[in-house]
Amino acid sequence: MIRFMHVSKEYARGGLALDDVSFHIAKGEFAFLTGPSGAGKSTILKLVYMEEFPTEGDVRVAGVHAGTIRRGEIAQLRRKLGVVFQDFRLLEERTAAQNIAFALEVTDAPRANIATKVSRLLTQVGLSSKANALPRELSGGEQQRVAIARALVNDPFVLIADEPTGNLDDRATRGVFQLLRDINAAGTAVLMATHNLELVRRSDYRVIEINRGQLVYDSAEAAADAAVDRSTPA
Amino acid sequence: MRLTLRETLLAFRRAPLLSALSVMTIAFSLFSLGLFVLVAVNIRDALQQVEERVEIRAYVADGTPVEALAAALGDIGSFPEVARADGISQEEALERARAELGEFRDVFDAAFLPASIEVRLKPGFRDPETVGAVAARIRTYPFVDDVRFGEEWVRKLYNIRNLATAAGIILGVAFAAVAIIIIGATIRMAVLARGREISIMRLVGATDGFIRRPFLLEGLAKGVLGGILALALTYFAHSLISRTLVATRFFDERIILAGVAFGALIGLLGSAVSVGRHLRRV
Ligand SMILES: Nc1ncnc2c1ncn2[C@@H]1O[C@H](COP(=O)(O)OP(=O)(O)OP(=O)(O)O)[C@@H](O)[C@H]1O
Ligand SMILES: [Mg+2]
Repeated sequence: MIRFMHVSKEYARGGLALDDVSFHIAKGEFAFLTGPSGAGKSTILKLVYMEEFPTEGDVRVAGVHAGTIRRGEIAQLRRKLGVVFQDFRLLEERTAAQNIAFALEVTDAPRANIATKVSRLLTQVGLSSKANALPRELSGGEQQRVAIARALVNDPFVLIADEPTGNLDDRATRGVFQLLRDINAAGTAVLMATHNLELVRRSDYRVIEINRGQLVYDSAEAAADAAVDRSTPA
Repeated sequence: MRLTLRETLLAFRRAPLLSALSVMTIAFSLFSLGLFVLVAVNIRDALQQVEERVEIRAYVADGTPVEALAAALGDIGSFPEVARADGISQEEALERARAELGEFRDVFDAAFLPASIEVRLKPGFRDPETVGAVAARIRTYPFVDDVRFGEEWVRKLYNIRNLATAAGIILGVAFAAVAIIIIGATIRMAVLARGREISIMRLVGATDGFIRRPFLLEGLAKGVLGGILALALTYFAHSLISRTLVATRFFDERIILAGVAFGALIGLLGSAVSVGRHLRRV
């Protein structure tokens, strides 16, 4: 589904952000992306939703290659992924329901069933009673739920989350994380960058750790290596 | 489509001052163009009336034999530029002079008025050059004393018309350029003001065309509005002139439509250039 092959990324101003990173996220998988600030987590996610492109190597997402994708195809790709951020990125003058509907209106979604779809999504993220609330009338956790609902409008195959709990307190963090788990359980892959090691430790999802642009630890590879170690005694 | 319309209305409400400014510059661009086109159209009308009357009058020497005159009439009548050539006898000339001059009718005596050949040209051959050329050819008949035609002021009217057209085009283009720049600035502000919204649209998979559409429509709407405003201004100027100076004719539908379409084009162009440049930056 998502494959990084020897990916390096150098920003025009800012030097090498990623250095020869390779990994693969399978369909329906849940993976954490961890590492210190400035390690390159957000850069990896930007490469996935193709806001940035690799300087070297190739990124492949849902069958399209970063190297050959045309500008017009990026919009189509984005409809197959959902993206949420630490700062929610909701439109302040629109209600929760309107923010979700917005994502349907600006794509070629059929007009007729927008309302039903929005109310279904609001129910899914537990906000059916807040449909007409503006973002400023919602708590941080609630705003992030709206953002998640918006990310899900096109039934994406993967949800990309860049520190989705970074602005939330413990209670809200647990709630949002549980929502992400539920979404993953329903079949959507989740790729989540986070500083919250507490969350990482409490679940047994895959962990990919980045440091200074390099992939320094991947729990999937570690498990595979361990399996190899066990099966071939020294 | 409904969404695009809503976005356009929203744009007007977001930046009413700048929007008004863009509409006004488009209106002034078309207004100055319109004024000069109005002048040109009316001069053309006047010219047409004059041209219809443009005739070359060749005065014939006294005692010219009737046969020679008849032969000349046949000759001139067969020139490709000539619609008809009529011989006016001294008596007919007197008759006309009396009819036109009313109370002085008794002053005239047939002897004062020479016989003449009256030549009318076909449409399309009534410009100063052709008239002059035909007059020169008629002058070559030995019995022709003098040839007259409205040379001077036909030429003058032509010059005024050309000048008005040129001035209108130059001023109109200058204002149009200013309008395009101002529209560009307005769109740029609108794009920047909506940077967040645009980046979210991109994120959820809106196409570039979709993102561009409301801005283009905004430019188009301003252009059409400017065109209509210009039309109103021109009409006002027209009726003012008609009431105080001379009766003039207003544009026909074709020119009106062309004017509004030109406004729409200015608006569309201004926003297209600006949107193309600034969308990539947000
Ligand atoms: N647009 C950019 N232009 C130049 N340099 C950039 C740009 N974006 C990121 N960088 C640099 O690339 C490196 C990796 O940044 P990135 O945002 O991926 O880190 P991160 O792991 O997400 O950090 P954080 O945990 O603080 O969000 C940093 O050194 C950063 O300064
Ligand atoms: Mg980051």
